[in-house]
Amino acid sequence: MSILLMVSRAGAGSVICASYGETDLSTQAEHSSTNRRDFLFVATGAVGAVGAAAVVWPLINQLNPDASTLALASIQYDVTPIAEGQSVTIMWRGLPVFVRHRTPKEIEEAQAVPLSDLKDPETDEARTKPGHEQWLIMIANCTHLGCIPVGESGDFDGWFCPCHGSHYDSAGRIRRGPAPKNLVVPPYEFLSDTLVQIG
Amino acid sequence: MSEHSTYVPGNAVEKWLDDRLPVVRFAKEHLMDFPTPKNLNYWWTFGAILVMCLGVQIVTGIILAMHYTPNVAMAFDSVEHIRRDVNGGRIIQATHAVGASMFFIALYIHMFRGLFYGSYKAPREILWILGVVIFLLTTATAFMGYILPWGQMSFWGATVISNIFTAIPLVGENIKQLVLGGFAVGNPTLNRFFSLHYLLPFIIAAVVALHIWALHVPGNNNPVGVDVKDSRDTVPFHPYYTMKDLYGMVLFMIPFAWFVFFAPDILGHADNYIMANAQVTPAHIVPEWYLLPFYTILRAIDFNILFIDSKLGGVIAMGGAMACLLVVPWLDTSKVRSGTFRPMFKWFYGLFVLNFIGLAYLGAQEAAEPYTTLAKVCTAYYFLYFLVILPVLSRIETPKPLPTSISESVLGKAHA
Repeated sequence: MSILLMVSRAGAGSVICASYGETDLSTQAEHSSTNRRDFLFVATGAVGAVGAAAVVWPLINQLNPDASTLALASIQYDVTPIAEGQSVTIMWRGLPVFVRHRTPKEIEEAQAVPLSDLKDPETDEARTKPGHEQWLIMIANCTHLGCIPVGESGDFDGWFCPCHGSHYDSAGRIRRGPAPKNLVVPPYEFLSDTLVQIG
Repeated sequence: MSEHSTYVPGNAVEKWLDDRLPVVRFAKEHLMDFPTPKNLNYWWTFGAILVMCLGVQIVTGIILAMHYTPNVAMAFDSVEHIRRDVNGGRIIQATHAVGASMFFIALYIHMFRGLFYGSYKAPREILWILGVVIFLLTTATAFMGYILPWGQMSFWGATVISNIFTAIPLVGENIKQLVLGGFAVGNPTLNRFFSLHYLLPFIIAAVVALHIWALHVPGNNNPVGVDVKDSRDTVPFHPYYTMKDLYGMVLFMIPFAWFVFFAPDILGHADNYIMANAQVTPAHIVPEWYLLPFYTILRAIDFNILFIDSKLGGVIAMGGAMACLLVVPWLDTSKVRSGTFRPMFKWFYGLFVLNFIGLAYLGAQEAAEPYTTLAKVCTAYYFLYFLVILPVLSRIETPKPLPTSISESVLGKAHA
């Protein structure tokens, strides 16, 4: 608003200058601390900054995941061959993903844990799909600094990350150690009883 | 700066050049006639040694880039190709890999020298800060270089370090993806790290030029830490220090060559001779030795501090450890530069050096007791030294009497 005001003042000044000659111009310049030149200076700078940002953005954005990386966003996997108590690690978006066929004992343990014991409270039901509680599907990178935890180990009958000592339980929830979050459950759904689509 | 010049163009051609581009005059003023305190000891030769290290890395690196392939399918094999097939490649690759370690040995000695002799104090604050900037750039360069052989440690080191970004609230995950060019370390990551690894040494060289510029305004600090008073306190840089620096370089080249010829892999990790595998984490991830002290500080914070979770806390501590170096000129306000004349500082400094070595040792150990507790103790001392001990010592310590001049200190020693 104030810039616009300056313009109209400066504009008026220049009109005076045009019609009444040099003397009026100098008086006007003495009285007004801002003039047309200041406006042009600010306006040019602003346009220049926007232009520079517009040029820089694509140069930075090229660093973001490219189309071929994003194209791997969705995969399908048949869980039939995985026996009870067995895990496999598959790749999704360049990330390893655990698919674990849990034993009844593990499911029971996971469901029995009171939420107040958890660092990142989440129920076992929230981490599995109804009717498919035996399947635990989660990204295999420790939420601390990304190592792959070792299965069927640690103090909570789940996973243990050897890098910095995080323990996860049989629902992949963080129980002890430096990791801040539970192992991440990717978006997935069961297309049939055995075919799962991740992503 | 030009008052030191004794340059007189010898002939008409030199005169002609001097009136247009006075490079000869510049070289004479700054590389030959520059007045340098006459009491510099061998700790002062590491500046020149570091310039040599940067040169060795750039020359060998440019050669390696002629044979290396930055692609996840071929990178690992191309490094083996260099080591086995390329003429002299075994030595050139080893020189580059060992050279990184030697670079950091010299860098740490150079920094600890500055910390002992108060080289960061007025009027050399900018000189010191530029040095810290060079240290950070070198660390980034070395880290990216370690990714290039695409072994297991390359891959998992990159994974662990890039996950540090996810500690940043809200935008952390996006920043990580921007840095990696994907959801995990992969081909885009390898390509961009190769590009940046080639670029950064030249940026380092530019900052080194600023560092030397900032050195040549106040001139060198020296082991007694008193200012140069007159020309009796100094000798010309050439031949006195060109020769001393060259001798230091030769001595430094002896262990360097020993590593290159007889133990090129001893400073590395066996797991890095297994090709990167995104599905298997090595049982025990260790960064390169020169990053270990800061890695220990990152790991030491395994507890939440108020609303800051342990992961972000670790990252803040590691960043803070480096930030302490940047602000040390304003933490240590003692007017006496040299630790030689500070009876209390000496002991705390000695303990700080041992503590830093301890931090490095602990970084290589697994995350279990008693190492985790020791890591907390050493991390605490690191911060205490900068944030409490240095400011407090500056107020309570009575320094020993300083010699009135560099000349006096040198002659006094000779008579004693």
